[in-house]
Amino acid sequence: MSEVALPRDETHPRRFPVGWIVAGVVALAVLVPYAAPDSFGWAKTYPARWIVPISDWLKAFLFWLSRDLSFGLFTFKDMTRFVSGLFGYALEVPKALFSSGITFGDEEGAFHIPRLSWAGLIAAVTIWSYLLGGVRLAVLGFLGFFYILIFGQWDSAMVTLSQVILAVLTGVAGGTLLGILAYRVPRLEGAVVAALDFMQTVPTFAYLVPLVFLVGVGPVSGMLATILYAMPPMVRVTMMALKRVPPELDELARMTGCEPKQALWKVLVPSARDDLLVGVNQVIMLTLNMIIIAAMIGAGGLGFDVLNALRQANGLGKGLEAGLAVVALAIVLDRMSRALVELRPVHGAAAARRRQLFWIGLAALLGCTLLSFAFPALEKLPAEYRVSTGNMWSDVVSWVNVNLFSTADAIRTFLLMNLLVPVKTFLIGFPWVGLLAVVAGGAWALGGWGFALGMTALIAFIPVAGLWERGMTTIYLCSISVVIATLVGLPLGLLGSRSERMHKFLGAMCDTLQTLPSFVYLLPVVMLFRIGDVSALVAIVLYAMVPAIRFTDHGLRRVPPSLQEAGTMAGCTGTQRLAKVELPYALPEIMLGVNQVIMMALSMLVVSSFVGTNDLGKQIQVAISQADPGKGLSAGLAIAFLGILADRMIGRWVATRRERMGL
Amino acid sequence: MALVSPASETASIPAPPAKVRAAADAPPALICRNLWKIYGANADAFLRANPIPTPAEVRAAGLFAAVRDATLEIRQGEIFIIMGLSGSGKSTLVRCLSRLVEPTAGSVFYEHQNLLRMTPAELIQVRRHKMGMVFQNFALLPHRTVLGNVAFPLEVQGMGKAEREARALQMIELVGLAERAGYYPRELSGGQQQRVGIARSLAVEPALWFLDEPFSALDPLIRHEMQNEFLRLQRMLSKTIVFITHDFDEAIRLGDRIAIMKDGAIIQVGTAEELVLNPASDYVSAFTRHVARGKVLTAGGVCVPVRPGETLAAAVPATALVAEVAEAVLASEAPAAVVDADGMIIGKLERATVIANLVGGVQ
Repeated sequence: MSEVALPRDETHPRRFPVGWIVAGVVALAVLVPYAAPDSFGWAKTYPARWIVPISDWLKAFLFWLSRDLSFGLFTFKDMTRFVSGLFGYALEVPKALFSSGITFGDEEGAFHIPRLSWAGLIAAVTIWSYLLGGVRLAVLGFLGFFYILIFGQWDSAMVTLSQVILAVLTGVAGGTLLGILAYRVPRLEGAVVAALDFMQTVPTFAYLVPLVFLVGVGPVSGMLATILYAMPPMVRVTMMALKRVPPELDELARMTGCEPKQALWKVLVPSARDDLLVGVNQVIMLTLNMIIIAAMIGAGGLGFDVLNALRQANGLGKGLEAGLAVVALAIVLDRMSRALVELRPVHGAAAARRRQLFWIGLAALLGCTLLSFAFPALEKLPAEYRVSTGNMWSDVVSWVNVNLFSTADAIRTFLLMNLLVPVKTFLIGFPWVGLLAVVAGGAWALGGWGFALGMTALIAFIPVAGLWERGMTTIYLCSISVVIATLVGLPLGLLGSRSERMHKFLGAMCDTLQTLPSFVYLLPVVMLFRIGDVSALVAIVLYAMVPAIRFTDHGLRRVPPSLQEAGTMAGCTGTQRLAKVELPYALPEIMLGVNQVIMMALSMLVVSSFVGTNDLGKQIQVAISQADPGKGLSAGLAIAFLGILADRMIGRWVATRRERMGL
Repeated sequence: MALVSPASETASIPAPPAKVRAAADAPPALICRNLWKIYGANADAFLRANPIPTPAEVRAAGLFAAVRDATLEIRQGEIFIIMGLSGSGKSTLVRCLSRLVEPTAGSVFYEHQNLLRMTPAELIQVRRHKMGMVFQNFALLPHRTVLGNVAFPLEVQGMGKAEREARALQMIELVGLAERAGYYPRELSGGQQQRVGIARSLAVEPALWFLDEPFSALDPLIRHEMQNEFLRLQRMLSKTIVFITHDFDEAIRLGDRIAIMKDGAIIQVGTAEELVLNPASDYVSAFTRHVARGKVLTAGGVCVPVRPGETLAAAVPATALVAEVAEAVLASEAPAAVVDADGMIIGKLERATVIANLVGGVQ
């Protein structure tokens, strides 16, 4: 590191110019394959005979897992069957409650216990929202669920909701327990953190492939994928929350003679309530984010409706309707759980009123459900009362096609011809040896030889596993969208840091953008730009822009006032102060935002393969439909490695920079 | 020599100090001997090889000694103050005494049992029934009401709900918060929160009461009020108290005896008067220099021998503080006679001495 920080060391005035040599080697590795394609063809296109059949190995490994692995008393297959059976049974409970009700006997003289009545549920959600967050939240809760009801999304939404509830409960319970375990057993902590880091860079889709293989298609594997995806933040939050409990409370527990169990459940966990509830909110958000993705492996519900619509030629209207129902569900559940974090204990009359509201809500829920024994319309809203905007949306789509098509198409063609295609061609034709050399050189400059070796190994996975074309397509789409997202997000964040109103507005906008499941972004984009790379690009930019805005805003706001005053007193103009004082100071923070943008772009890339890109995401998607776990996993690993690569490189840069600035 | 009847004069002397002085001959309740707490890798082995290392040796080994060779005897029913600046090791010492922090070496005896040899189960029993602790930042459980917080130590013991809540309510009344029993900690002021902390620590009726800078987080007016409250409680309860503070005025006001700590070691133990009159080191005298001496020194402590044939005015008891008798002494031309409990004259208190000690604290 010191070589980089202090290129001219005082004690060695004429030291060996390692930096120049590394730069020269990198340049050679890039240029030579172009200059002499005949003798160095192997360095330009990765030779097929050097490809290591990693996907085949992974496939064989999974086959071995599922067929031959035995723990003595039971096999791996028994275990997966047991787990999926367990969740299958557990899922029956919320499913009967929210979606199907319970029917005894055959069709003749069957006795039916209705599901929770829509009227009761809407009333309960409204009242409980009022309890949690006052009139505004009540209106939001009512509107959200009313939308779902009136537009005929109730049945699907309840299938989804029952899965969400079970997934959230399992994710929260499992995450909390794992977090407690890692907190209690320091030796486990390192392993858990490493596992979490890895799981958060693996794209969601990659979970689906082995799950389909091991558990099969259906709601259970959809739910398991959701839990795997949504649980890691809960583990992290639990560990952090327990560590943040004031040490005096831990001492109190010991001084009052608490047994370890009492200390944990009576003191530590309740004291960490607020932080833990933030984790619950995260689990809910991630669970809802997975709704549509999990539907690819048979989760059903709203996700299936959206997916189905995307697959059909003219289904966009229906898809938007179902997509909006997902959004409504997500926003309502998000805001309710967030309000729960803010809810403070009160005493006396206020507490009594809260209890009263809770019971009134519950009474409304159960009362309406009881009434629906007599009035079936309360269980299922008759079709004639429902409204469908499907036609309206189809009309919108046609109108867009007729009126905006030429404009959108012109933009699309322009982007393709002048930006996307040239970059893509350039990157796919880039010599693989050159790519490795560029990564190695950059990593060396940031963190020395060992770091360079690790980073190069990560990038080498792409050519070695035979994923060059798809991998480079991923890199190309990712880098262009990251650049655009940053170019859009930076000025927005800058505006936010300058004015309170803008700050508030952007905050609300970012909140909403983050609440939307990634898939939802695809719907309007496809409507405008059809299938293809441009749609993917726009969707990724929209989805991944949020951290660029947030971190820029935050970073600039954190510049100490004294520093700004120093700039002004030195006679800076506003622009000079921004460019010479504030931006350099906030740059590490902004780069962390860019890092987040890259992570989000990578995860969105996989989702957007649904609209016709030909990258690693596509391979995962194909693998799901072909049930080829090897291909899916290797593509998933490649994306994870790209994520880790970017994360470590940027992280190293930020750390060095902060150290140098003494932060 | 004109003897003045002490009985006629003591009427003009102010009431005795609010503090209840623990009998100096009470048996020790808590004893620690040669207690060490060293932080760092292999501190155990280091101390085994070199049982009494100098500070330089500890530093050279890359270790940090938070408590160095502390030996104390805390008497039954006394208020024992451990006083030192931040980083002096007083918090660590009190945590070693309660075994919240495991000492590296030494022994701690409570009721003839070595706390450091106890199994975790025995320790839990001692803490549940014999010890109470008040924390600097209150350490109230945010999710429990005042009642729930005070009942908590009883709940942990497994006491039934009705019984523990009745007992907790008594404690809450004792600290004057009966009307706030249903409130949550965040709805209370700092002073009220610490009253809850005090009530909670007393709920199990401990014989041994630890207070870790209990009033440091409060503003001065509230602090004074809480100190009075603390003295009132101690007059009723007569616990054995270990009280930590960094405030010498607080130490003087509350303590029967004071131990002064510096860099992990105990420099001097004594009553406030002993510390003021015979400081063991410059460090101690630096603390005592700005003390209002009139409120610390007694007539017996500063009196001088009587010359034969001298005329003495009103008699003052030897145990009275100089500030308390100042008015009486200054009112007469002749020096005051200082008498012991039996009415015998042990010396005289001159006006100049009174003035010097009253003004001395202000210099």
